Amino acid sequence: MLNEILIFLGENIQMIYIIILSVFVGVEVIGKVPAVLHTPLMSGANAIHGVVIVGAIIVMLNTPIENMFSLALGFVAVVFGTLNVVGGFAVTDRMLEMFKKKK
Amino acid sequence: MEIKYILDIVYLIASITFVLGLKMLSHPDTARKGNLYAAFGMFLAIIGTIFLYNHSDGYTSRESIKILLIFAAIGVGTVAGWLTANRVQMTKMPELVSLFNGMGGACAAIIGLMEYEHNLGKIGALTTIIAGLIIGSVSFSGSIIAFLKLNETMKKPIRIPSYNILNTIVMIALILFGAYIVYAQPEHIFLLLLLFVFALIYGVLFVIPIGGADMPVVISLLNSFTGLAAAFGGFLYQNQVMLTGGILVGSAGTLLTLAMCKAMNRPLSNVIFGAFGGNGATASLGNDVNGSIKDISISDTAILMNYAKKVVIVPGYGLAVAQAQHVIHELELLLEERGVEVVYAIHPVAGRMPGHMNVLLAESNVSYDKLVEMEDINPQFANTDVVLVVGANDVVNPAAKTDPSSPIFGMPILDVENAKNIIVNKRSMNAGYAGIDNLLFYQPKTSMLFGDAKGVLSKLVNELKQM
Repeated sequence: MLNEILIFLGENIQMIYIIILSVFVGVEVIGKVPAVLHTPLMSGANAIHGVVIVGAIIVMLNTPIENMFSLALGFVAVVFGTLNVVGGFAVTDRMLEMFKKKK
Repeated sequence: MEIKYILDIVYLIASITFVLGLKMLSHPDTARKGNLYAAFGMFLAIIGTIFLYNHSDGYTSRESIKILLIFAAIGVGTVAGWLTANRVQMTKMPELVSLFNGMGGACAAIIGLMEYEHNLGKIGALTTIIAGLIIGSVSFSGSIIAFLKLNETMKKPIRIPSYNILNTIVMIALILFGAYIVYAQPEHIFLLLLLFVFALIYGVLFVIPIGGADMPVVISLLNSFTGLAAAFGGFLYQNQVMLTGGILVGSAGTLLTLAMCKAMNRPLSNVIFGAFGGNGATASLGNDVNGSIKDISISDTAILMNYAKKVVIVPGYGLAVAQAQHVIHELELLLEERGVEVVYAIHPVAGRMPGHMNVLLAESNVSYDKLVEMEDINPQFANTDVVLVVGANDVVNPAAKTDPSSPIFGMPILDVENAKNIIVNKRSMNAGYAGIDNLLFYQPKTSMLFGDAKGVLSKLVNELKQM
């Protein structure tokens, strides 16, 4: 068991590096955000996790064309992912547009 | 040519835009650009994946049907997402963020459901799949409940007896169930579906007892959950852009959640396990109320304001619901013309989300430097002649300072009681969003101006014009 964990960590060590560094980057990058921007920032971050759509696309590409059911499921996943991405970025832009106008 | 590496580079660029985008989003001057950068990176990552992922075998004509299907799905999502995002009123913004967040969670959950079968036998991969499935599902159903609550389709927090214990048990059971599936690897998909349903139920249980006032914190928390779910997907596919994007949102979202809790001076555990405004807190109007409610007419209000030196407006969600942002701006301009100094006092959680009020006032062209944050405005109340509270309640409730039994005790508030006159516009004597009574209304300096914010303010503007 210990051996398996070691192998798993060793094989994925680059991924683990990315994870650890990204955690710190995420914290640093929004370190001193003023309260005014909390809502747009949350909305923008919301759009960014829409990157999960890339996974949905990969699932569809990997699904054999004969497997109608899986393709349909993948289709739904891609629609959901797109909603997250497009809706998220559009809403954020709409909010931020208003901040800009009066300057 | 090594097409595979092109996709890697596309992902690298996209990851950089995410980091830059988040960075720029946290400064007012660069925020909009930052959002567009991140959107551009996302576009690259999506297009890159579609055309470059299956680099080895190229595309047969049958493959291209799949590409068409993917584009059709993206088309549907784009039209629906774009229309909703641009049509919904600004007051509904928190609901919308919650809804889009739920979509991301659902997407992650479906990926988990579909990848399970292909990864039987691989413990590491299965762990990430199950974790992504659970977190995605919880985030999905939780966000939908948060959406319904903010939408006021579901009004009161639903009380489940000893729900803290119940929730903890369900959570532990869910994790154990997930661990069992990873360990036993049942070939039939039935147990996996059961896990999926179970996770959905947990999401509902997780959010349902939490009061409406805490919903923004919950949405922010679910937002970082979805980030985590996306990151698990990235781990599964060894996909760097999903990993960086997901983890970035996961960690930034967690920090943001904590920042919001700090603005309300409540620990996160309190939000999740505390059940805000439940358990008879609504009935706290009692022995310590002395003094009575005093009405004020519109013309008296107009006179008071006209001869004031300094007026502070405290806007709350009620203002936004009544769509009175524009009228209040008109009032502000009119008073300024007469030489009255007017500023807005913005509580960190005014509206339904931190910063929500700023967005709403910006929408009606109120100048940015008129919005004064709580720490800066509080010392100014002592030399303020008139405070006009419109549709705000809990953020000016002195019980937060004086009454340890109040559910909002400890929350920093706007010290409006230090001003010379306080005029509170409310539709009725109903309690605020947190469901508690407000002693401010009973103070001798306070006068109540009842009526719908928009109607009352328009009349006030007309009255002032005639003076």
